[in-house]
Amino acid sequence: MSDLLDFTFADARKKLAEKDFSAVELTQAYLDAIEAGHGLNAYVLGTPEIALERAAVSDQRIAKGEAGALEGLPLGVKDLFCTEGVRTTACSKILDGFTPPYESAVTERMRAAGAVMLGKLNNDEFAMGSSNESSCFGTPVNPWRKAGSDAALVAGGSSGGSAAAVAARLCLGATATDTGGSIRQPAAFTGTVGIKPTYGRCSRWGIVAFASSLDQAGPIARDVRDAAILLGAMSGHDPRDSTSVEREVPDFEAAVGRSVKGLKIGLPKEYRVDGMPGEIEALWEQGAAWLRAAGAEVVEVSLPHTKYALPAYYIVAPAEASSNLARYDGVRYGLRVPGRDIVEMYEKTRAAGFGDEVRRRIMIGTYVLSAGYYDAYYVRAQKVRTLIKRDFETVFADGVDAILTPATPSAAFGIGENANASPVEMYLNDVFTVTVNMAGLPGVAVPAGKSADGLPLALQLIGRPFDEETLFSTAAVIEDAAGGGFTPERWW
Amino acid sequence: MSVDESTVRRVAKLARIAVEDHEVAKLKGELDAILAFVEELSELDVDGVEPMTGVTPVSIRLREDVVTDGENAERVLENAPAREGDFFVVPKVVE
Repeated sequence: MSDLLDFTFADARKKLAEKDFSAVELTQAYLDAIEAGHGLNAYVLGTPEIALERAAVSDQRIAKGEAGALEGLPLGVKDLFCTEGVRTTACSKILDGFTPPYESAVTERMRAAGAVMLGKLNNDEFAMGSSNESSCFGTPVNPWRKAGSDAALVAGGSSGGSAAAVAARLCLGATATDTGGSIRQPAAFTGTVGIKPTYGRCSRWGIVAFASSLDQAGPIARDVRDAAILLGAMSGHDPRDSTSVEREVPDFEAAVGRSVKGLKIGLPKEYRVDGMPGEIEALWEQGAAWLRAAGAEVVEVSLPHTKYALPAYYIVAPAEASSNLARYDGVRYGLRVPGRDIVEMYEKTRAAGFGDEVRRRIMIGTYVLSAGYYDAYYVRAQKVRTLIKRDFETVFADGVDAILTPATPSAAFGIGENANASPVEMYLNDVFTVTVNMAGLPGVAVPAGKSADGLPLALQLIGRPFDEETLFSTAAVIEDAAGGGFTPERWW
Repeated sequence: MSVDESTVRRVAKLARIAVEDHEVAKLKGELDAILAFVEELSELDVDGVEPMTGVTPVSIRLREDVVTDGENAERVLENAPAREGDFFVVPKVVE
């Protein structure tokens, strides 16, 4: 039955409706695949009983003609999403053993639509990282390897478990979150499709917070159509998140296959960064050529404040993180290390519970928010953010419908390869993705080619606020033109 | 901008994270590197630019002023590292 794993959700949905196989059979195939793929370390917790129970309910709903939009979809859930009665840790020791008595808004919606949770997926601790090497459960392994090499590569981060699981077919789709590139960069590293929707599209309620003004949930899926189906089920207004927008959710799937004829696609000249590898540059040109061939007009645009996005991000995100993570104090949940008094208890608990990268970011955030530095750092960074957003607004006002860029500056790198790199060098992984979070825009990563070593490479499309549909239409053109071949050869 | 070791200790104290003596020098180096990286922002003229307070224009909504939640002591306390009855237990805070 291993060929059950070959179906995308759009295909499996038809087969389920035609009773070619049941949701229980499909779920069991994925549970077996998870078992066989244990060494990839994509999952930090399996929930096979829950999965089979929900799949049986899906079969009943399909039989009664009451199938929801995700009915029977075997889903992996990033461990940043609170799941009722199922351990949720954000892959941090400080949330050791935390079992939420509530369900995140996004996973609640997906469950109501019929999704079947297979388990919880690995991520960087509190979603802080670009290689998933900061997880307290260890690093997930990319199912892709360089041609002729068996060296283990990272699956990207922070949603590395989500990307690895989708690429290795250990789930049919996964939830993920993106604060500076955490959906798009791992999708790019694994030949999968990942979309960060417009800020406000998905409720953040019940998702472990990192930087609240930047965090957004989104899916990682096997292809553009599946990503559209998943995002549709994840989106919608939720009164429990005051930044969630009251806006109708369009039929994203209907946008897949829509013509891009006459669309204006911008190529920002500032994204031609120094030292950009030739193969990334070539991929970018190829993507532009494909869109031109499909009838789009491709123009050069300018986003002059691009180079300031990453430094501004490394003020705003740590500042918000230091504030959000103040709640981990050893009192109400998670880890507690005893101390002589309450302050020592806080300090020892937080020293033992947070990993190096998280501690670093909390300290930077604390510093830039501290008395005397607030205006020089935080307020200045928020002003720069206004300028970055204005750059995009100007380009869109000039009639540009979407912006095409590379998704990452390189293909996936080796686990441990950057162990001696400075934190700042690692941050450069997000150079093409972080602007999108700073401006609250939607961005999608779609596989478009391979590196000389045979690793997947992706392009990114950035859209106007709440125009994910144009991204799906345009990404589908690139996906078709690239012609597939983004399934890793099984070695695990 | 660079920090000295006493600043590292002060920030750690503010962040309520215990830092061992032998970690201070390494942390100082890391914080310095990040601060040097963000220093680039100072070359920009941001006079007259409004600091961003939200990426999407949302007006704060009002809801009915009614109780919608509560009476959940058991659920609130079920993950507590230490509890007594319906209370969280912490080390003594008042002498």
